Amino acid sequence: MSLVIRNARPYGEEPVDLLVEDGVITEIGAGLAGPEGAEVLDGAGQVLLPGFVDLHTHLREPGGEESETIATGSAAAALGGYTAVFAMPNTDPVADSEVVVEHVRRRGEEVGLVDVHPVGAVTVGLEGQKMAELGTMANSRAQVRMFSDDGRCVHDPVIMRRALEYASALDVVIAQHAEDHRLTVGAQAHEGVVASRLGLTGWPATAEETIVARDCALAREAGAALHICHVSSARTIDVLRLAKEQGVRVTAEVTPHHLLLTDARLTSYDPVNKVNPPLRTAADTEAMRTALAEGLIDVVATDHAPHAAQYKDTEWAAARPGMLGLQTALSVVVHTMVEPGLLDWRGVARVMSERPAEIGNLPDHGRPIAVGEPANLTLVDPDGVWTVRGENLASKASNTPYEGMRLPATVTATILRGRITARNGEVA
Amino acid sequence: MKHLLSVTDLDAAEATALLDTADRLKQALLGREVRKLPTLRGRTVITMFYEDSTRTRVSFEIAGKWMSADTINVSARGSSVSKGESLRDTSLTLSSMGADCVVVRHPASGAAHRIAAWTDRDRAVTGIHTSIVNAGDGTHEHPTQALLDAATLRERLGGIAGRRVGIVGDVLHSRVARSNVFLLATLGAEVVLIAPPTLLPVGVEEWPCRVSAELDAELPALDAVMMLRVQAERMHGAFFPSSREYAIRYGLSPERAALLPDHAIVMHPGPMIRGMEIAPSVADAPSSAILGQVRNGVHVRMAVLYHLLAGASS
Repeated sequence: MSLVIRNARPYGEEPVDLLVEDGVITEIGAGLAGPEGAEVLDGAGQVLLPGFVDLHTHLREPGGEESETIATGSAAAALGGYTAVFAMPNTDPVADSEVVVEHVRRRGEEVGLVDVHPVGAVTVGLEGQKMAELGTMANSRAQVRMFSDDGRCVHDPVIMRRALEYASALDVVIAQHAEDHRLTVGAQAHEGVVASRLGLTGWPATAEETIVARDCALAREAGAALHICHVSSARTIDVLRLAKEQGVRVTAEVTPHHLLLTDARLTSYDPVNKVNPPLRTAADTEAMRTALAEGLIDVVATDHAPHAAQYKDTEWAAARPGMLGLQTALSVVVHTMVEPGLLDWRGVARVMSERPAEIGNLPDHGRPIAVGEPANLTLVDPDGVWTVRGENLASKASNTPYEGMRLPATVTATILRGRITARNGEVA
Repeated sequence: MKHLLSVTDLDAAEATALLDTADRLKQALLGREVRKLPTLRGRTVITMFYEDSTRTRVSFEIAGKWMSADTINVSARGSSVSKGESLRDTSLTLSSMGADCVVVRHPASGAAHRIAAWTDRDRAVTGIHTSIVNAGDGTHEHPTQALLDAATLRERLGGIAGRRVGIVGDVLHSRVARSNVFLLATLGAEVVLIAPPTLLPVGVEEWPCRVSAELDAELPALDAVMMLRVQAERMHGAFFPSSREYAIRYGLSPERAALLPDHAIVMHPGPMIRGMEIAPSVADAPSSAILGQVRNGVHVRMAVLYHLLAGASS
C-alpha cells in the first residue's frame, strides 16, 4: 500500500513530496512519482505535522455509551488530526484491571481509526484507597503506560507516594487530577468575582496548587515521573517552574479550553461551560499561553469529555462537568498560540505530538517527518476557517463550548501508519 | 419586562416604577372590605417551589389572588419531580399548560435563568409566552425580596438615595444580600456589608458597596440595618467558631441596637432565629420594620405580576 503526499510543507517549511510505503516514510524529495496505483494526497499550501497525540480523552466506553463510544470518539480523534489517544479509566466498569484495559485496547484496534491507549486507574474503582494492579496492566496486552484516577484526585498522600514509588520501577507515568477536594466541596465554578456574583460555590485555585506542590515533592523523593492533568491556574505555573528547576520529573498539560475560555462565559448559566477544573480568568488563560510557549507546560491535551444532552441541558448544579475537545483542539491552539506568534508549526508539533508521545511512552508516534519513520501524520490547511456546530461533530454528544465560533485551521487529512483515517472532514 | 430573574434586569427607573405600582396597589386596597382587584382575571400564575418556603410562596399566592389571577402551587414533593423528572421537562410542561407566569424557587443558582431560556426557546415553536419570576435561586438572587426591602426603606425613611444600609451576617450564602446590594446601589443607597471574612464572597471588593468586620463601629451611622439569617448548617463549614461567639460579635442585642440613630430601622428577611442574629426585644421594638417588610411583600409581588402580565411599564 503506497501513498504519495505532494507539495506539503513539513512544519510549515519548504514544500516537499513524501512517499509512504507499508506505513513508513520511504522517500522525501521533489517530484516523486510513486509506484503505479499509489494513492495521492495533494498537500499544496498545507502544513504537514506528525500525527497528534492526546494524553487526555474520555471515550466513555464501557458504560457511558449514551455519550460516546470508542467508535465515535475515534472518529472525532481522526477528524481532529489525532493518531493516538489516551482513554481515561473513569468508565463503568472502571479501567482498573487488565480485563478492562485490554477490552478498551481491542475495541480501539477493531475500530482502527486511531491508536487507543487505555489509561489505567491508580486506585481500585478510583476510590483512592487501594492501589490498582499497575504492573499487571502495564504488562498486559494493553501495555498501559499511564495511570490516573482522573476526575478524582489521588488525595491520600500515602497512596500517592506509594503509587509514584511503585510506578518508578515500571517506567510508567502517574497523571494527577490535582484537586484538593476538601477545598472544593460543592464547587461549581472558579472561585472569583464572577462565581461570587452568580452565587456559584467557588473552586479555589489553591486546591490545584497545593496538590501540585505536594506531588512534585513526592515525585522528587520517589524519582518517579509525574504528569499534571489540565493545569488551570496561573500560580500552578510558579510551582511547576520551581519543581522543573529542581529536576523533578514532572510534566504538565493544558486543555484548549483553558487556553481560550474564561469564567466570563458563565453569566448565562449554560452548563456547556461547566468543566473541571473550571474556566478561570483572562489572567489565567494568558499565563497558560505563556507557559505553553516557554515549555513549562509541556503539552496540549483535550480532556475531551462528551456528555449526552440529559446530563448537560439542566440547571447548572446538576450538570456534569466536561466539554468536547478532539475536533476543535488544533483550531484553538492555532487561534491562541500560532496567530499571536507564541508558537510556530514546529512548536505545534512539539506540544500536540512529540512531547505527548514522549510522556505517554509511545515509540511510534510524535516522530520526526523523516525517511524511515512511521507515517503517522496530519495535514493541516492553515488558511482554512470553519464554524463549529456541535451537531456536526463526530462525537455522540454535542457539548461543545465553541458552538457558532469561527475558528482558524482545518485538518485536511490524518494518516495512521500510512492509511488515511480522515480526509476533508470525512472519516476514511 | 419579560421575566424577573435578577435585580440587574431593572434600571433605577424600572425599579422605581415597580415600587410606585406597589404603592398604588397598596392604596387601592386600603380599607377595602373585599380585597380583590380584577386586574389579572383569566391569568394563570403557577408557583413552583423546590425548597421549603412559607412567606414567599404564600405572598405570591396572595398577590395573585388579590388581583384575581388563578394561582396554582406546585411543590417538588408529591409531583412528577419526585419521580425524577428534569427541571426542563417540568417547566416546559407547566408552560405548555398555559401558565402566564411561573414563579420558581430552586436550590440551584441560575435555575430561573435556565427555565427562562428553555421556555423562550419553546416559545419560538409554540408562541406561548411564559414569564418567569425568580423567587430565590440557590445563593444567587431573590429579586422580589430586595424590591420589598426597597419599598420598606422608602416607606420608613422617606427615600432610598443617600441612605446608608448595613447588611449583617452570612453574605456569602445569601441571595437576599446579593439582590439587595445591587438593587440598593441602583437606587442610590450606600450599602455596607458587615460580616466576618469567612462569610464574605471572594471578589466582594468589586461590588458596589463597602465591607466592614466591625458592627459596633458601623451602627451609629446606619439608617437601616438588615440582619441575615445564619443557617445552622454553616456551623459545620468552619465559618465561625460557635453560635455563641457569632451572637456576641454579630448578633443585634438591645445594647447594640441602642447604638443606632433614633430614626434607623431594623430589618430581617426572615425566618429569624431569635437569640442568634437578633434579640427578641429588638425584633419586636418599634424600630423593627420586619412585619412591614412582610406586608410590603404582597404589594411588591402584585406589582411584579402586574408589570409582567398586564404589560404595564410605568
